[in-house]
Amino acid sequence: MDFALLVIQTLNGLQLGLLLFLVASGLTLVFGILDFVNLAHASLYLIGAFICATLTFALGNFLIAVVVALPLTGLIGWAVERFVARPLYERDHLDHVLATFGLILVFETLAHLIWGPEGIAVPLPEFLQGQIVLSETLIIPSYRFLIIGAGLAAAGGLFWMVNFTRLGMLIRAGASNRTMVSALGINIEMLFGLVFAIGATLAGLAGMLVAPITEANIGMGNSIIITAFVVIIVGGIGSMKGAFVAALLIGLIDTLGRSFLDDIFKIFMSPSAAENSAPAISAMLIYIIMAVVLALKPQGLFPPKVR
Amino acid sequence: MSRRNIITLVVMALLAVLPPVFYLTGNAFYLDLATRLTILAIAAVSLNLILGYGGLISFGHAAYLGIGAYAVGIPAHHWLYGGLESLGLATTSGYVQIPLAIGVAALFALVTGAICLRTKGVYFIMITMAFAQMMYYAIVSIEEYGGDDGLVIDSRSELPFIDLDDPLQLFGLAYVSLVVAMLIVRMIVNSRFGMVLRGAKGNNERVVMLGFNTYLFRLTAYVIAGAMAGYAGALLGNFTTFISPEMMDWGRSGELMFMVILGGTATLVGPVIGATLFIVLEEVLSSLTVYWHLPFGLLLLAVVLFGKGGIMGMLRADKEDSE
Amino acid sequence: MKRIISAALAATMFTSVAQAESVKIGFVTTLTTPAAVIGNQMENAVNLAVEHLGGKAGDLDIEVIFGDDGFAPETGKQATDKLVKQDDVDFVAGYIWSHVLLASRKSVLDAGKFLISANAGPSQMAGKLCDPNFFSTSWQNDQTPEAMGDVLNDAGVKSLYIMAPNYAAGKDMVAGVERTFEGEIVGRDLTKWGADAQLDFSAELAKARASGADGIFVFYPGAAAGAFIKQYDQAGLAEELPLYSVFTVDAISLPRLQEAGFTAVLGSQTTQEWDPTLDNEANARFVADYKAQFGGYPSYYAAQAYDSIMLIASAVAKVGNTEDTDALRAALKESDFDSVRGEFTYGNNNIPIQNFYLREVVEDADGVWTTKVVKTVYENAQDNFAAECPME
Repeated sequence: MDFALLVIQTLNGLQLGLLLFLVASGLTLVFGILDFVNLAHASLYLIGAFICATLTFALGNFLIAVVVALPLTGLIGWAVERFVARPLYERDHLDHVLATFGLILVFETLAHLIWGPEGIAVPLPEFLQGQIVLSETLIIPSYRFLIIGAGLAAAGGLFWMVNFTRLGMLIRAGASNRTMVSALGINIEMLFGLVFAIGATLAGLAGMLVAPITEANIGMGNSIIITAFVVIIVGGIGSMKGAFVAALLIGLIDTLGRSFLDDIFKIFMSPSAAENSAPAISAMLIYIIMAVVLALKPQGLFPPKVR
Repeated sequence: MSRRNIITLVVMALLAVLPPVFYLTGNAFYLDLATRLTILAIAAVSLNLILGYGGLISFGHAAYLGIGAYAVGIPAHHWLYGGLESLGLATTSGYVQIPLAIGVAALFALVTGAICLRTKGVYFIMITMAFAQMMYYAIVSIEEYGGDDGLVIDSRSELPFIDLDDPLQLFGLAYVSLVVAMLIVRMIVNSRFGMVLRGAKGNNERVVMLGFNTYLFRLTAYVIAGAMAGYAGALLGNFTTFISPEMMDWGRSGELMFMVILGGTATLVGPVIGATLFIVLEEVLSSLTVYWHLPFGLLLLAVVLFGKGGIMGMLRADKEDSE
Repeated sequence: MKRIISAALAATMFTSVAQAESVKIGFVTTLTTPAAVIGNQMENAVNLAVEHLGGKAGDLDIEVIFGDDGFAPETGKQATDKLVKQDDVDFVAGYIWSHVLLASRKSVLDAGKFLISANAGPSQMAGKLCDPNFFSTSWQNDQTPEAMGDVLNDAGVKSLYIMAPNYAAGKDMVAGVERTFEGEIVGRDLTKWGADAQLDFSAELAKARASGADGIFVFYPGAAAGAFIKQYDQAGLAEELPLYSVFTVDAISLPRLQEAGFTAVLGSQTTQEWDPTLDNEANARFVADYKAQFGGYPSYYAAQAYDSIMLIASAVAKVGNTEDTDALRAALKESDFDSVRGEFTYGNNNIPIQNFYLREVVEDADGVWTTKVVKTVYENAQDNFAAECPME
């Protein structure tokens, strides 16, 4: 195993982990504060990517498109909260799961109807097209660095917001005691709508960042939602720190598994069996981790203090 | 007779009579549809035991269907292509395959249930899903059994007195199995065991205080449900004669949940009504448009937002209005 | 509730009564999920073929019923079962995906119907599982990558990195290129496929670069092609790791790559049995009318789908009915129609014996990215599995 490859794969894992964090952070916010299970969270990731892709062509620049698309995605998130989530807060999780499962079908089919099945390739500005050469063997596409940078910035901003702003204070208070917050005269409905919109924006941002790599496509929500759930369960529902740690952990494990597992398997199986089973086993790794974590700590790595 | 019992009898009678009539009038496809929904109804009934009566929201029930189907497919594969003779697993005999399906499903339920039941609420939902995904990827990783491509079952299970290659007999077996499954669930629910299970759903602490180890009760119910779904999987494998990891996908588990909710949780016939509606809707909508997920999703939303307690709940609400 | 449903079922039941003077063709392809981009092209081509035939095969009306495989073998088999049992079609055609075709074959063949693959060519069905009622208007999976392997040998490529999706055809493609390629295979990655296919290839591309191979061979059909090529381009691999692909750079991915300005793909080479520039009358008409109606170049998927309808129509026209299956089988075997790839014959396993060409991505006179034929790699080539097929 050569060192340069390990560094590159670690960066790739970091990038995947940060994208996962962007999706999972919104999920854990909504889950932790609103106690609402939102399977359709990934639909906002999908919608964000498509809106941004459309705007990239309309406005002629990917970065401007992202800036415009973020509030639009947040608005859609707010509408989902208002019309689907709010009537269901009093119901049990089962109803949440089913309603948002239905919502996934609606969003995906709408995307298929509006944008067609072929997806949209998103062109990048010239300066993001190239590669950054760290050494002769360490060459990374510049855009991957942008994702890592944007992911870290969003994570930092989120931590700052939750820990040092009035809104963050309300969010933390709302998470631990909903009745108390509304008794203090805070408009809890407004707060919930805002939290949902923030979550949607973060998921949308992840979708926008990934679109130039994988294209905006109608299947993209499916492939990330379950992983995002694994992240927040492993991290502990409602815990931002847990989501961050778990996202990076899972991003790294998934990427490193895909890169090195087949070589490891080849030590004790035939090359073709190793090549066939390695991708499946590396996909399975994250579920194994989740099961092990829950078997040892039934509330995840960082269980919320009050619940 | 209570209204609910009448509904149950009417639904079951229609399900017994209509499909053979379709078949004999030259519409073999509708018999197939009925067989599929009957088999899925068995799985839904088993899910209802833990989800409806036990309050254990399992998001991984499709895994048992898959296990049951592979318990038919793998021996049939070895019977044709060799291998595993020493274990006696190269066979098409139903005497081997069906106990294998039930046994492996029960074992999987026991092992995973023992871990899952340590968690509560959403954690439980997600960990059951995680185990189902593990099973999914485990099958994907085995190239011998087709991996992602799935496995064609060249020969159905051989059983005495009954020929599963005859669609009518296969349907008959599925139907009788469904009735038996419903009777078993009814017996369990009305027993002392069932009282504890239902009591723990309402207020676990109180039942624990009364001196019951609810963990063991729940685990037992979980294993029974898994075994029943495994049996349904064996039937499904025999019905489709093609199995793939796709059968265990989390979306399929979601569909089973939807069937239970749609029909009405914690009712005997609810899952059967739910499975019927689900399959028929899927069939009708998908023949109208390729965009059928849109009306289907909207309907799902509507059922959750505006309908409480599923179809059985609505039927009961009617009764309250009229009396 | 149940009664209402049964009434609905009874109502749809009557529509399925077959009309005596028509030929019914079921066409299974992918109409949902991102892979619907391929299915839509095939659907267009089928409709165009029916239009070109004036809706008739001889004296019989052509009726086509489409089925959606949802990009999954199980769903594809269900769609096939429905076409066979409920719609009682005479022919089932289509099938993009090898695993879907493998799952569905028994449903069609056991019912005594004809199965015509318009794309998938799994090795099993060319070899041991060949059947007198199964015909292909495409190829056997291994052939196209085999042609590419020979192109690589000619180009002096000594070592190769391989990437393909992990399903039946992906494995065939890898086997195909490895059969003819004489250099060293330095690495291989099979990635997750299906409705939730893996589309971020960062880890795999990093491995490919580190392997120091002379070139990279890939097979990423449909929507995954665009994603792969973009990442290949972003990673700046064009210089050090030239791209050799099959079923990846095509009329489905090129328009989107052009839209996004990925000029790196111009000049890239791929092998195929058909090309829009092939010089024959049927092809000229097909390509021109397809472009006029649907506003873009047809892909080989479209060409093969078009041929599948033309093949069926030629046989039905010759026999004059759909009951005489022996005569239909013989008529199909003659492949007596104007294929858009030019004349071809059927081997013992009913897979075409045909030419394979090397194509290159170029800009056409209108500035649209497309492909043109560079040279003929194989003339009248038969697949390697024909020998395993017990049919004469």
